[in-house]
Amino acid sequence: MWSTVRQGPGSRVPREITMATPTSVIGKPRRRVDGRAKVTGQTKFADDIILPRMLHCRLLRSTVPHAKILSVDISKAEALDGVHLVLTGAQFPIAYGILPVSHDEHALCPDVVRFVGDPVAAVVARDEATAELAVNLIDVKYEPLRTFATPLDSLNYPEPRIHDYGDFGNVHKAVALEFGEVDDAIGKADHVFDDLFFFEGNTHLPLEQHATVATKDPDGKLVVHSSTQTPHYLHRALAKALSIPAAHIRVIATPNGGGFGGKSDPFNHEVVVAYAAMRLDRPVKICLNREEVFYCHRGRHPVLMRFRTGVTKDGRITGLDLQTLLDGGAYGSYGVASTFYTGALQTVTYDIPTYRFRGCRVFTNKPPCGPKRGHGTPQSRFGQEVQLDKIAEKLVIDPADLRLNIVQPPDSLTANFLHVRTIGLTDCINTVVTRSGWRDKYRKLPHGRGVGLACSSYLSGAGLPINWNDLPHSGVQLKLDRSGGVTVFCGATEIGQGSDDVLVGIVAEILGIDPFDVRAVTGDTDLTPVDLGSYSSRVTLMMGNAAIQAAERARELIADAVSAKLDIPKDRLVFADRRVFDTEDPNKGATFQEAVCMAEAKFGTLGTTGSYRPPRSPARFKGGGVGPSPTYSYTAAVVEVDVDLETGWITVPRVWIAHDIGRALNPTLVRGQVEGGVYMGIGEALMEEQVFRRLPAKLSHALVHKFPSILEYKSPTSLDMPEVITDLIEHPDPAGPFGAKEVGQGPLLPIMPAVANAVYDAVGVRIDSIPVTPEKILRALEAKAAGKAPRSGPSSFPDIPWPETLRVTPPWAGGDGRASNDPDRPTNRKVDAGVEARAAKAAWEKSKS
Amino acid sequence: MKLRLTLTVNGEPAETLVDPDKTLLEVLREDLQLTGTKHGCELGECGACAVLVDGQPVLSCLMVSHECEGRDVVTIEGLTQDGRLHPLQECFADLGASQCGYCTPGILITAKALLDREPHPSRELIKEALSGNLCRCTGYQQILDAVEAAAACGPRSDRVQGPGFQGK
Repeated sequence: MWSTVRQGPGSRVPREITMATPTSVIGKPRRRVDGRAKVTGQTKFADDIILPRMLHCRLLRSTVPHAKILSVDISKAEALDGVHLVLTGAQFPIAYGILPVSHDEHALCPDVVRFVGDPVAAVVARDEATAELAVNLIDVKYEPLRTFATPLDSLNYPEPRIHDYGDFGNVHKAVALEFGEVDDAIGKADHVFDDLFFFEGNTHLPLEQHATVATKDPDGKLVVHSSTQTPHYLHRALAKALSIPAAHIRVIATPNGGGFGGKSDPFNHEVVVAYAAMRLDRPVKICLNREEVFYCHRGRHPVLMRFRTGVTKDGRITGLDLQTLLDGGAYGSYGVASTFYTGALQTVTYDIPTYRFRGCRVFTNKPPCGPKRGHGTPQSRFGQEVQLDKIAEKLVIDPADLRLNIVQPPDSLTANFLHVRTIGLTDCINTVVTRSGWRDKYRKLPHGRGVGLACSSYLSGAGLPINWNDLPHSGVQLKLDRSGGVTVFCGATEIGQGSDDVLVGIVAEILGIDPFDVRAVTGDTDLTPVDLGSYSSRVTLMMGNAAIQAAERARELIADAVSAKLDIPKDRLVFADRRVFDTEDPNKGATFQEAVCMAEAKFGTLGTTGSYRPPRSPARFKGGGVGPSPTYSYTAAVVEVDVDLETGWITVPRVWIAHDIGRALNPTLVRGQVEGGVYMGIGEALMEEQVFRRLPAKLSHALVHKFPSILEYKSPTSLDMPEVITDLIEHPDPAGPFGAKEVGQGPLLPIMPAVANAVYDAVGVRIDSIPVTPEKILRALEAKAAGKAPRSGPSSFPDIPWPETLRVTPPWAGGDGRASNDPDRPTNRKVDAGVEARAAKAAWEKSKS
Repeated sequence: MKLRLTLTVNGEPAETLVDPDKTLLEVLREDLQLTGTKHGCELGECGACAVLVDGQPVLSCLMVSHECEGRDVVTIEGLTQDGRLHPLQECFADLGASQCGYCTPGILITAKALLDREPHPSRELIKEALSGNLCRCTGYQQILDAVEAAAACGPRSDRVQGPGFQGK
């Protein structure tokens, strides 16, 4: 137990937490607090809400990929019996979007459609069937525009522009950053590896289809229940798009039936039913069908990558020169952040003394890409980890040893000014190597069987909010009263990851009561203080720290009152077993309920708050806002594969994974997150693809989703899922609540490269593109047999007109976190080069220790 | 024109007037307001809508409601009996087998049908029985663990339940 009270948003009082710190709730495997509701079918998802007088909405979606809207005739739909309202883009003139730099979406397209599935009109009717009937009576006339099907189309043809904003032509964003003299460092390297990789897009496929119910409350204010991961951002978007003061809007995030990033944007249908409910003064519901969920997308960007890496003969990296090209789809979404994320986290994992990153996101006429579990980092993680496997092969070093030799040191700054605090990667690698019997298997299994190893790192929450401000990222309120019950309020959103359980568990631990005594009220913009949402693996760390602060403040009040009333020195009071008592005379004390009454009598109505804001990042260059985090999680995995040489069919019998969690707050849920991440990684590695095709010319030649259905979009079933052997590496991190780091996203990341590396170990061919399919393996085996390069993957990276590279001097060469050629920068510094930079870094690290 | 539909749901008689083209899923959720049964595709692809009809697991999204005339339907709401959770429910809640919980009702129903016909299934048999139920959260392992644990503790749990109950 410890009793430091945190003061003010973001104030951080370091506490000594070890695994020996006694706890009664934290660290114990427990039934999650919402477990009973889920197994009895009582969890109320958005589509389970049925209200009196409720109407139903359906959207009309574009049948063409890119066109001007010439006219929308809604007269027949309006005339249909049972139709209450028909809406078009005319009612929604105000654009919105998740990032302030790309407010490029309208609830219904006003003038241009940008992909097959873009919403054009909406019908509100007495039931879904009538609404669907009416939608089909709407007549839209289009004037086709050029279709941009691939990033090359978008790079080659600047006109017509899909959007009238962006860096140039159909390029949404192009960025170039350099940390130290990369060309010099690569030039002086013993070996240079230059590899191309491609990662196909895929989608979240949450089992719950997006649904929203909007009502006008009896006071006349708007209430929106929605399956959203980000009620706060939906709140902002509704206020803007509908010109209603935010104070007059209440957004309630219903428990999400799976999110994985796919419910993090404000969506068309949410704005449409909110408008309709206000207009009609009746509840309006929409539940998207499965096909529409594929159109909402916001999933994994397809990314083409070029990794040029210099290494010494003993396998240390001298410099990395990375280029990425992202197929963004039709709208901005989180795309600017996604672009930076393809280049942000390489340095957090491994010691990379010089680094150049250039990333480009283009618009195409496909459903918009956005954040899926791992957000922008899995693609380049795949490239980096496969390239490391190639480097190890060439240098005849075991891939595990190669990585162990270059693990980023703890408590260090990277070349791109990311602050690494605790890092358990070495333990993770050693653990999976031992558990899998790696040393006896790697390059030693019979032909057709193989093992592959890969590592990764991920954020425990983004260091900067989406809307830059000085406000807390997470707020928690506590209400205690004479019943002895405690209610904890927080804007955090339960998407299945267990955030309600984390919240309740922390409060119960600190107050010495049972989790069953605590009621959680979450994800409601009227009732709960703001939490930014369930994205970037931020909730456990940020909400958890805010909850600790609120609960410790409550404990202080109770301790003051009990100390005075029972005449026990405050520092001798213990909160445990639903009692507050004297540690030297445990019989002397009060029940928790009596103790709360004492405090209520002494201080009046009891309520406390807690807030959390991450520490400021030392990165001051443009783009430095993407990547900083209070701390990073680390993962290592070994994947075993069997490859059928006749068919190329791949089975994965087993995965060993070790995750640096800091501290597992509820090990049952942490294990579930790790296994779920492995599962989703296996799906991405072997089968999941969000891909498109042209309809035959005699139809419309339109660019359409190849298979917007669960049946044809392949995802792993219980029969496809390997056995997963999970180890949690627990070294409590001072930045995390009780030492905890993230687990929701990191464990997915090493799976795809580990599968590709295992396939190479099994059959000696490199599959440099995801997914790793039997067809690609057979093609590569054929190439190998014909004496060609035993590989399947991209063969070229286009010339991209990169902007001027922002040059940032690494910290060990005297850099201050700013770009030296940034016009706003006060001074220019000479940048040390290559090997000199390495030496300077070593000296800097030595001086620190 | 609406037609009268009479069936037994969770052991109780139910009678309602429904459009003839409605599926059993729609009748359960919309007419009887038993929203515990979920839908993920309404095309028979995901398994979220599984219910028992005369003891057999069926996809309620593919069953026209009038095929159920006079038949016995069990939904997730009917798994709890005499105020006690079914051992499958206990084990799912305790062992992390339910994350977002959206696939959970369909999986519990399918698992119940399995245990009713095979009280001690092998892990391979459990995998096979559940292979038509997609789960995007768990990676299935904790689900398999929970079914095995439920099979091990027999048809009825004698564990004490009620306020304050916190699992094992």
